[in-house]
Amino acid sequence: MLWEVRMRISLSVNNRSVESTVEPRTLLVDLIRDDLKLTGTKVGCDTGQCGTCTVLLDGRAVKSCSMLAVQAEGTRVTTIEGANAETGLTDLQEALWAEHGVQCGYCTPGMVLALQDLLATNKAPTEQEIRCGLAGNLCRCTGYQSVVRATLALTGQNGGRNDV
Amino acid sequence: MRPLTYERATAIDEVVRRVANRPGAAFLAGGTTVVDLLKLDVITPDLLVDVRDLPLGGIVAEPGRIRIGATASNSDVAVHPAVRERCPVLAEALLAGASPQLRNMATIAGNLLQRTRCTYFRDGQSACNKREPGTGCSALNGVNRDHAVLGGSDDCIAVFPSDACTALAMLDTTVHTVRPDGATRVIDFAELHTAPGHTPHVETVLEHGELITGLVVEDLPAARRSAYLKVRDRTSYEFALASAAVALEITDGVVTAARIALGGVATRPWRSHAAEEALIGGPATTERFAGAAAEALAGARPLAGNAFKVRLAEQTLITALTDLASRPTEEPSS
Repeated sequence: MLWEVRMRISLSVNNRSVESTVEPRTLLVDLIRDDLKLTGTKVGCDTGQCGTCTVLLDGRAVKSCSMLAVQAEGTRVTTIEGANAETGLTDLQEALWAEHGVQCGYCTPGMVLALQDLLATNKAPTEQEIRCGLAGNLCRCTGYQSVVRATLALTGQNGGRNDV
Repeated sequence: MRPLTYERATAIDEVVRRVANRPGAAFLAGGTTVVDLLKLDVITPDLLVDVRDLPLGGIVAEPGRIRIGATASNSDVAVHPAVRERCPVLAEALLAGASPQLRNMATIAGNLLQRTRCTYFRDGQSACNKREPGTGCSALNGVNRDHAVLGGSDDCIAVFPSDACTALAMLDTTVHTVRPDGATRVIDFAELHTAPGHTPHVETVLEHGELITGLVVEDLPAARRSAYLKVRDRTSYEFALASAAVALEITDGVVTAARIALGGVATRPWRSHAAEEALIGGPATTERFAGAAAEALAGARPLAGNAFKVRLAEQTLITALTDLASRPTEEPSS
């Protein structure tokens, strides 16, 4: 049997330097949840489909269940715990709150980070662009309507109140 | 997932050497295919050599061509201004694939080596000549709704799933590599992927340890007016049942140049020269488009579950051509 050599990796997580020792086959999501105890990042499908494991890697949304932790060596990772403004919720999270964009909440961390990535490059996405931006995030409660409405409201479009 | 070792290097020759010297080694780029199949134990490399530190992520628009580095992400390629202007079909195909997160992770060279979604290949247990040569093909007499009607053999009918490759197949694309001995080579895109034949486990002409360093997409006047249409079971985040990458140059109502490739229905990226020839020199009418579609599917070999794909692919192609032909003419290209 192949002897698996554990590897020491260093990366930035939520603007803090982190060092950890992992097996090369450890998934990034398992490093985040089990080693770093940042359990805001969820595991839904573990197959790269549901998107609730979404984190930002060097600012771009990725699925942390479909990456090895060693691939993140030297990168800047942001989890939902690091997305918050120091004092509480971000404007995006406030908008989701206001529009009831959260129901059971399991998909929400991934939704927030996927939307954050979208809004970083597109300040005023259309409804269609928002829906495409969320194509990798499954929600089985909201039907996406309130999430889309919240994003439109945040960006000052349609007053956030049109049927979408 | 089985134990493995992981290495990185910053020099191309070093990365190539490490993989070439070990039969069980594999390159790792974005990992969207590799990590997925590792988790399923469908592939079992004992060493992964990560290529992400290589200086291969650039996209350079030159007069006459676009050079795309191997590790450029699908997201970056899709939004690049030169890609959108000179070959919108590639941008559309990329954006029709996967999800934003996976497009951020996936690389363009990795996309060329994407593995099939055939469930018998992915389940790790069924007879599958692609996964375990000589065991047979479960799909031929099994559930084959998703499988190929073009390019299959008695040993494999697995669909090559890439959207982007459908576009790259109808563009003038070359694939640039470094071989294990350090020599470089340029492969015509049409020559990269091999037909399954009796060796479906062999999917490309690449040697073990040969590294793709980039793609070059030559400018093609027709490609400025090009589009990708993908038909699938749901409208987002799903693989194609049938897709069409099309480019048309129409002068005074007559088709003067055409490029056509089909996705979702074939065992490898599938350009149809016959369909292109059926259009050139004639009027851009639905009747002519239907004739081209019939040519494109003339060699189809449908099975019990996927016979619908023949008509679906024809209609997809006709619709893509009709939509494209009805678009306002672009500014004359230089």
